Amino acid sequence: MVEDESADSASETRRAYWRANLRLLGTLMAIWFAVSFGAGILFRPYLDQFMLGGFPLGFWFAQQGSIYVFIVLIAIYAWRMHRIEREFALDDDDAETPIEGG
Amino acid sequence: MATQTLIYLFVGLSFALYIGIAIWSRAASTSEFYVAGGGVNPVVNGMATAADWMSAASFLSMAGLIAFMGYDGSVYLMGWTGGYVMLALLLAPYLRKFGQFTVPDFIGTRYYSNIARTVAVVCLIFISFTYIAGQMRGVGIVFSRFLEIDVTLGVILGMGIVFFYAVLGGMKGITYTQVAQYCVLIFAYLVPAIFISLLATGNPVPQLGLGSELADGSGMSVLQKLDSSLVDMGFPAYTDGSKSMVDVFCITAALMIGTAGLPHVIVRFFTVPKASDARKSAGWALVFIALLYTTAPAVSAFARLNFNESVSNTRYAEAPDWFRNWEANGLIAWRDKNGDGVMQYEAGEAFEGAPEYTPGGIGVSGERLLDNAATDNANEVYVDRDIMVLANPEIANLPGWVIALVAAGGLAAALSTAAGLLLVISTAVSHDLLKSTFRPQISEKGELLAARVAATAAIVVAGILGIYPPGWVAQVVAFAFGLAAASLFPAIFLGIFSKRMNREGAIAGMVTGLAFTFLYIAWFKLWAPELNTAEHWLFGISPEGIGVVGMLLNFAVAITVARLTAPPPPEVDALVENIRVPRGAGTAHAH
Repeated sequence: MVEDESADSASETRRAYWRANLRLLGTLMAIWFAVSFGAGILFRPYLDQFMLGGFPLGFWFAQQGSIYVFIVLIAIYAWRMHRIEREFALDDDDAETPIEGG
Repeated sequence: MATQTLIYLFVGLSFALYIGIAIWSRAASTSEFYVAGGGVNPVVNGMATAADWMSAASFLSMAGLIAFMGYDGSVYLMGWTGGYVMLALLLAPYLRKFGQFTVPDFIGTRYYSNIARTVAVVCLIFISFTYIAGQMRGVGIVFSRFLEIDVTLGVILGMGIVFFYAVLGGMKGITYTQVAQYCVLIFAYLVPAIFISLLATGNPVPQLGLGSELADGSGMSVLQKLDSSLVDMGFPAYTDGSKSMVDVFCITAALMIGTAGLPHVIVRFFTVPKASDARKSAGWALVFIALLYTTAPAVSAFARLNFNESVSNTRYAEAPDWFRNWEANGLIAWRDKNGDGVMQYEAGEAFEGAPEYTPGGIGVSGERLLDNAATDNANEVYVDRDIMVLANPEIANLPGWVIALVAAGGLAAALSTAAGLLLVISTAVSHDLLKSTFRPQISEKGELLAARVAATAAIVVAGILGIYPPGWVAQVVAFAFGLAAASLFPAIFLGIFSKRMNREGAIAGMVTGLAFTFLYIAWFKLWAPELNTAEHWLFGISPEGIGVVGMLLNFAVAITVARLTAPPPPEVDALVENIRVPRGAGTAHAH
């Protein structure tokens, strides 16, 4: 992009970028909710009838599984966002945002 | 070598390491003091965040709590890890892009108001001091049990160490010390866990050992054995718990959101070079935290099994050494109700309240006599949940060096968190109150001096809280998370995701959330503790989980008030636009 491009198109890019970000956020936060509050709490009594090795399944989600999924969610977000940012040329690859101080 | 010598050696060596790092990484500017110059590698920052986050509560208390709560203990496991997903996705990258030093900085600038900034500072100081008091209790427990020195001397020693690297090094010193402390504490946590898992199940990975068959030839899995033995003793099954579903849901949510709103955690993401690094850093932090948090439930289950087996129906005269050691420290007690000299361990309180020993009173079997009124159930054993992690290596008969390692790890966990909190408090005073509100003309040198003076004062107050722990400390730990969830989180979240949110809405929301949560917790914990039972709670939500309702009220009030008042000025609109994209200044540049 160049400096003299119209402000409208720059802000259109930003809006599209923000929408893509919100879509990704929505999907990942839904999974976040499903594994912890869903599988680990609300559906735990039902899931506990299935066994995962020596673990009742709901109990496993509450004390082990949800934590593993949390890590994967952050990894996916960092990776996907980086791609989205490059697509819209809004990444910070070559930038160091300095701390200005107050 | 004797275990005691090993403890001195391990603790001494780890302290020498922290001091060495502090001298090497002294801070020269306010930027280095507050945010380590904003140039910390995301993996290093993730590790430092993990040490900052995992406090004496995570290291010492959590596994013990889970051991006695079973499934209900999941609230801590999910709550204290799930918050990092919210941090990484909803807060950290935007706050880093904002590019200043503190959480009140963000709130004050985004809501163009020094009142909003001051409300945020008040929340922050209150949350941090509540938290720090808990750390000091952890330091006290470790010192009194393992170093066999007076708790007062122990706390002064611990404070001296923190003073050295927090006041000299600021965030820069703290960050690199915390990396060392993470290594010490995770090693100290994993080694005994691996040993115990191997002994109990033959599987060296504790996370898998928890789901394995016991090696005692019974053909039962760890959890089956726990469930059946606990039910026999009159407890609820380990995998079932006793809290209501709505309460488990709300406590988990309050801890998650509170984690995402804790100022000493958020400020860590101001130290990385770029907004995209803040996301990576939160991911790494969770990886390092998960290493301990997925091990903890295994430690809990094995500890409970071993504890049941070595205490239940054992003659006091044949009780293992650790039982008497902790009894001498007042954290275990046995009251021989039926006079048979054998310890009956079952559900229910053995006597009323915390143990009060008859001075010099020794019973027929050699136990310390108690003044407490006995209860009429069959249980004779009192045990403080905080001892489980510290006692675990002894209960499992592990070698002396493992016990020494755990002592050093417990201190690392408590000191690293205390240092992070002290820094947040001193920054709030020197930067948010002095520089931004009362004396904007102060020089950088003057501000740095003020930060060091404030850190020193905060250390003294924290030390006094550790030496004379007020009775309410344990009662108000729920404050820190509930208040963070109900006050700071919605203000930050709306500041990023809603352009329409204005000064009036944010202040009204914060004050409502804070006041409601504060009053609810104070009512049940301080003013009317006798009413603190499920039938008196609002919607069956305990004070631990009420922060969620406070947060919802905050959101509702903030959005309503913002609709009815003037929208924020155009420069705030531009600020929000700017923090939403990772790339530098207003317009995108040619690639």
